[in-house]
Amino acid sequence: MLASSKTIGEKSTTLLVWTAATFIAIPFCWLVGDLLWHGWHHLSLNFVLAVPQNAGREGGIGPILVSTGLIVGVCMAVALPIGVGAALFLSEYTPHDQVSGRLVRGSLDVLAGVPSIIFGLFGNAFFCQTLELGFSILSGGLTLACMVLPILIRTVEESFRAIARDQRLSAAALGLSKKCSIQYILLPAAIPGILVGSILGLGRAMAETAALIFTSGYVDRMPTSLLDSGRALSIHIYDLAMNVAGGNPNAYATALVLVGLLMMINLIASRIAEQWTTKNQLPT
Amino acid sequence: MDNKKSTPDIKPPHELLSGIQSWRPYQSTQPCCEPILHIHAKDLSIRYHQRMALQQVNLAINQGCITALVGPSGCGKTSFLMSINRLTDLIPGCQVSGQLELKGTNILAASANLLQLRRKVGMIFQKPAVFPFSIKRNLEIPLREHGWKDKTTLSSRIESALSQVGLWNEVKDRLDQPAQALSGGQQQRLCLARALVLSPEILLLDEPCSALDPLSSGIVEDLIMDLRGQLTIVIVTHNLAQARRMADHVAVFWSIKGKGQLLEYGPAQSIFDSPQHELTAAYISGARG
Ligand SMILES: Nc1ncnc2c1ncn2[C@@H]1O[C@H](COP(=O)(O)OP(=O)(O)OP(=O)(O)O)[C@@H](O)[C@H]1O
Ligand SMILES: [Mg+2]
Repeated sequence: MLASSKTIGEKSTTLLVWTAATFIAIPFCWLVGDLLWHGWHHLSLNFVLAVPQNAGREGGIGPILVSTGLIVGVCMAVALPIGVGAALFLSEYTPHDQVSGRLVRGSLDVLAGVPSIIFGLFGNAFFCQTLELGFSILSGGLTLACMVLPILIRTVEESFRAIARDQRLSAAALGLSKKCSIQYILLPAAIPGILVGSILGLGRAMAETAALIFTSGYVDRMPTSLLDSGRALSIHIYDLAMNVAGGNPNAYATALVLVGLLMMINLIASRIAEQWTTKNQLPT
Repeated sequence: MDNKKSTPDIKPPHELLSGIQSWRPYQSTQPCCEPILHIHAKDLSIRYHQRMALQQVNLAINQGCITALVGPSGCGKTSFLMSINRLTDLIPGCQVSGQLELKGTNILAASANLLQLRRKVGMIFQKPAVFPFSIKRNLEIPLREHGWKDKTTLSSRIESALSQVGLWNEVKDRLDQPAQALSGGQQQRLCLARALVLSPEILLLDEPCSALDPLSSGIVEDLIMDLRGQLTIVIVTHNLAQARRMADHVAVFWSIKGKGQLLEYGPAQSIFDSPQHELTAAYISGARG
């Protein structure tokens, strides 16, 4: 009696899990399938490298890839050190119950939920106008950095906090200074977390449209400096799909490139994180 | 069962057993325990968030002795141990009051140099907490931090510390491999080596054997016994037989109305053979705690 009811319970749980998994998998497969169906035959090496022509209906996305890379590069170069520093500060120097720490964490959680268009407006007002950086890759990258910082900080902070209490106590018990234990024990142990945080941030930055419209602009020429305006992939897709009649095929192809890039980054990062945790060794 | 097949570089069992049989039973005549005062707690109290965990402990521990702290769970043994190297500073809400003197200096004073203190007072925890690096790096990090930079000094200190814990022959060919690949017992010995490599004066051990299998536990116990006389050793254990085998002095802690207290303290033999307090008597006979 008991045994049979348990098997029924187990079976229905299994069924439920599988149904849920299928429901999650279907839209994803559909999306990727749709992109491949419409975009695949437009994709070629030439498309990836060439300059867009006729408002993007023809030609490729070379300069747009470069701009995207630069914007995301600026974003991560700024966000990563600040993010890791802030996370260290929150986890190592402010106890969980202190008011100041709670205040910072609370505001970060609010910031993480702010719609990206608000960041776009803020970026335009602050970076483009107040700091007179204009519509530029630099403005866009800095705006994105503000946007990804909250997620980055919270993820990295969690990974610092997850480091076993024993490890911290052992480090302290050996008379290691705080600097030493951060440098040799905490940072290396948090690398997988930092990677995951960066990937989350990077993904959000690469896929961002609204925050960039008002900050890095629309210009689809090859940028010559960080102060040039540059068009990001997602803006290119948006523009082709919404504003350019007959732009759909290239929009699909560009979307395919974007999704492919995101998947690749995810894959590489999880590989690195995995290797790091299994090997658990510092490169000396 | 077939451990010896799967891990070829471990010593054959008869060798390990012969090691265990060399345990010295407690002998009060053994001269390792000099009557020189090393650790002296005076009215030491420990609170967590204003709640008293350990009340007014007065305890004098002699240099070179092995002192065992025993008592039921939650009576403040770990807290007492961690106040000796002031790890209690790192625990949120923990407050230590009273005096704690090491060779006459009050280490609870605000002016105490914590890094120096912790170099002199090594500590081993219940779960071996090796750092997720290579074996060599585990020992190198503390050495470098405390000013040993010279390559040859480093490697000679590392070799002697690993030999001291009987690990050198087992790991000398794989010093660059991750320490986490070692067995639990080997990891605990590595932790011991990591503490010893800094030449501490005091070694605090918080249930160092309770996460280990009986064989590894015996090896670690043996190693600690070998250090008697060289270092002042304070060990927390729930294993009364172990306390009886190892300790020169025993301190029995007890939690009375939620507050930990020192119930009884004295030479191991008298605690075990003629306990003064009825709770101690019940505890060591296995009736309570
Ligand atoms: N970090 C902490 N925060 C709050 N209370 C604590 C903390 N650590 C210990 N305590 C309390 O202090 C008391 C003593 O704890 P302690 O860990 O020193 O006991 P113990 O004798 O080592 O126990 P065990 O034998 O289980 O290890 C307990 O009542 C415990 O609840
Ligand atoms: Mg304890």
